[in-house]
Parts: sequence; structure tokens; C-alpha cells
Amino acid sequence: MKGPGRLTPAARAIVDGDRRALARAITAIENGDPAADPILKGLYPRTRGVPVIGFTGPLGVGKSSLINALVGLLRERGRTVAVVAVDPSSPFSGGSVLGDRIRFDRRADDTGVYFRSMASRGAAGGVSAATLETARLLDAAGFDLVLVETVGSGQVDVAIREIASTSIVVLVPHLGDEVQTLKAGLFEISDVFCVNKSDLPGADLAKRDLADLVSLGIASGRWAPLIVGTSTVEPNGLDELWNAVEAHERFLDASGERRAGERRRLANEIVGLVRDRVGRELTERLENDAEMRRLLDRVVARSLDPRAAAELLMTAERRGA
Amino acid sequence: MPSTRPAARTHPIRVLIAKPGLDGHDRGAKVVARALRDAGFEVIYAGLRQTPEEIVRAALEEDVDLIGLSILSGAHMTLFPRVLALLKKSDAGNVPVFAGGIIPDEDARRLRKAGIRAIFGPGSTLEEIVSTAQKLARASS
Repeated sequence: MKGPGRLTPAARAIVDGDRRALARAITAIENGDPAADPILKGLYPRTRGVPVIGFTGPLGVGKSSLINALVGLLRERGRTVAVVAVDPSSPFSGGSVLGDRIRFDRRADDTGVYFRSMASRGAAGGVSAATLETARLLDAAGFDLVLVETVGSGQVDVAIREIASTSIVVLVPHLGDEVQTLKAGLFEISDVFCVNKSDLPGADLAKRDLADLVSLGIASGRWAPLIVGTSTVEPNGLDELWNAVEAHERFLDASGERRAGERRRLANEIVGLVRDRVGRELTERLENDAEMRRLLDRVVARSLDPRAAAELLMTAERRGA
Repeated sequence: MPSTRPAARTHPIRVLIAKPGLDGHDRGAKVVARALRDAGFEVIYAGLRQTPEEIVRAALEEDVDLIGLSILSGAHMTLFPRVLALLKKSDAGNVPVFAGGIIPDEDARRLRKAGIRAIFGPGSTLEEIVSTAQKLARASS
């Protein structure tokens, strides 16, 4: 009998703290392996919605070092932590050098920490297609906190918002003047601004520009992003950074934003899953189905336009053809 | 009904590149990491001064298909067998390990016997290393 509490052996192993089973399941998610399906389905009811903290910002601002320092602080406080660090895949070879692990201190015998490097595999937005479900798996595996590091982000890389409960935008002094902070994108998704490398000159100016930004646009009752200066060489500001994260997490609960945000993210996820699946199926049919190939031939021959072809496909799909 | 499963997709090979022991010479490891990247591998670059315990832990957490060790310190006869033993102990003895560095022929023979699957000394070409890595990963999957 397969009741709601039943888990497959792989899912059971993950809940029981088997890190190898966890690592393999993440690989299965990344590879689109059907083996991930029963694991994710079985574990979803066991997720608790633990805080997922996103670290984003341009390359070289110190995201990895900052995460490493925070993990040290969190372990001292007895919290278990999983880290997912995403680096870019090559658009040419598909290969990748995942180098975030070198910033990570040696914790060979600490079972309260898990670190996983992940390639973006062609996904835009700063994370990979597997990052969201991986974070969920880490929740089910029992970690108190999940930290996600994005690829070095540009101004439009805001996908972390679909994964993280708190997003930290990490910056450094002298990245640009205050007009940069007015631009749309990255600066809009921040719950906490972290000016890292604050041991360098210019940190106060950067914080002041951010404070101006924050003072401009916050409606009452909404969250006003906090601004924290940190340095991992001194080290400095790490407690303050974590306090800012916790303050935001408390705000999410007190304001009802946590549930609203989760609802929005889950809706996006479901739509995305359907879109992926329908897209894959249609692509397959356009390649393999004789009728579909004729349709494509007509578009190539200019006797049908792409929009009309799409409508025909949608109609056929609804009829369950 | 058309099949709802995508055709079997090829996915990148995940390889851990690490330098065990007290040895600061990482140029070779970086060049190999870059060559593997350009051949489509996902290279988890663990970097310098790793203990065998750290290397094995990283390999398990990252669920890699193979491990490449680079060493120029001369401690290969101590460190490599330790990595192999720890892998076996973690029920991961099937993960192939290859190595590069300054390793005398006699040692190389003994290390191959101990389970290091391929050893690349000075003068090895990147093509050789990449194609061997591909073969090793394919054979173990």
C-alpha cells in the first residue's frame, strides 16, 4: 500500500541524513533524470519551508567568501547549513569550472554542512533550472538553512527571487554612482544590501548611495531593504548581516508576505513545469510526427505564418490530438 | 499518445580536480581544469592543499563521475592510496581516479596497481588527458 507517508528508499535515505543519496538525487534533478520524480514528489509534504537565503551580485564581489564566513558563524550557533553555489556553463562547450568550493573552509568532519557546486547549464537569470528543486530537497533533508549563491550577476539576473525567501545583493565600493542604484533589475530584488570589502575606501559612500535609494521608494508597511557593510578579511559586519537576514525573515512572517511570496513562487513553478513539458513534447512531435512536419514545411514555404501554426498546434493540443 | 518522456539526454561529466597535500604548484591543475571545461566537463575545482578526507568528502557531496589529483610534492605514495582507501570505505571505490604530476615510473606502476586508473607525467598532451578522462567516466557510468 502506498499511503501519503510512504517514501521510496532513495527519499527515505535522504530524510535519514544519507548525504550520498542526497548528492545523487541532486544530480538526477540536474540531468532531468526521471529518477528524481518520485523523490521530489515523496519529499514535498515533508518540506518545512526553511529560510532560503540568496546571495547575488556581480562577479568578484566576494559572495563565496561571505557565504563561507557566514557558515562559520551559523555553525557556531548550532544551525545546520546547506550551500548551493552556481557558476556559469560555457555557451560553447557546455562545460564549466565550478570554483566556489575553494573559498569554503575545510570542514571534513562536520556533518552539519553540505556544499554543492552547480553549473547554470544554459539557464538565464543567475541560477540553474535545478536550483529551486535542489533547495527544496535540502529542506527535506533537514537542514535549518539553505544558502544559494548565484552566478556573478548582471543587472537583469533576478531569478534568485523565485527561490530565496531573503535575497542579499552583494556589492563593493566604487561600482558606480548613485544613478546605477536607480536602474531597474538587480537593485529592485534586494531585501538586504551588503557592501562587502568594506575595509576598502569608498564603502561609506556606497552605503550612503544605497541609503538614498532605499529612502526614495518604500511604501509604508513594506520592507525597507537594510544596508550592511561587511569585510571577510578583518572580518567585520557578519553578525550585523545575519541580523538583517533574520529581521527580514521575521518581517515575512509578521506581514503575511511569506505566504503570499510562496504562493506566487509556486504558481510560477507550476506554470514553468507545464511550459517545459509541453514545449518538450511539441518539439518532439515537430521532429517526429509526419503531420507536424508538414505543418512546419508550410511555414518554411511561407504558406503559413508562425503565429497561425502555433494556434493550430494549440487547438490540436486542446483536442488531445 | 506521444511519449511524455524526453529522449535520453547526454549530460556533462562531473569531475573533481584537487591537489592533495602541501604543494602550492597549481598551474598544471588549472590548465587541465580549463581543458576539461572546453571539452564539456563540469569541473569542480577544489584547489590547493586538500587532505584526502576533504577530497573524498567533496567527491561525494558533488557526486562526481571521476576524480583528478595533481601532485608535485613527492608525497603521492602516501596521499593517493589514502584517497583510494577512503573512497572504498565510503562505498565509492567505483569512482575512477586519475593523476598528474611528477611521479617516477616505478611509483606510477605501483599506484596503477593500487587503483589509480591513469597517470600523466610531464609531456602529456591535453588531448590525451581529456580523452582518457572521457573514457574513464564513460566506463564507470
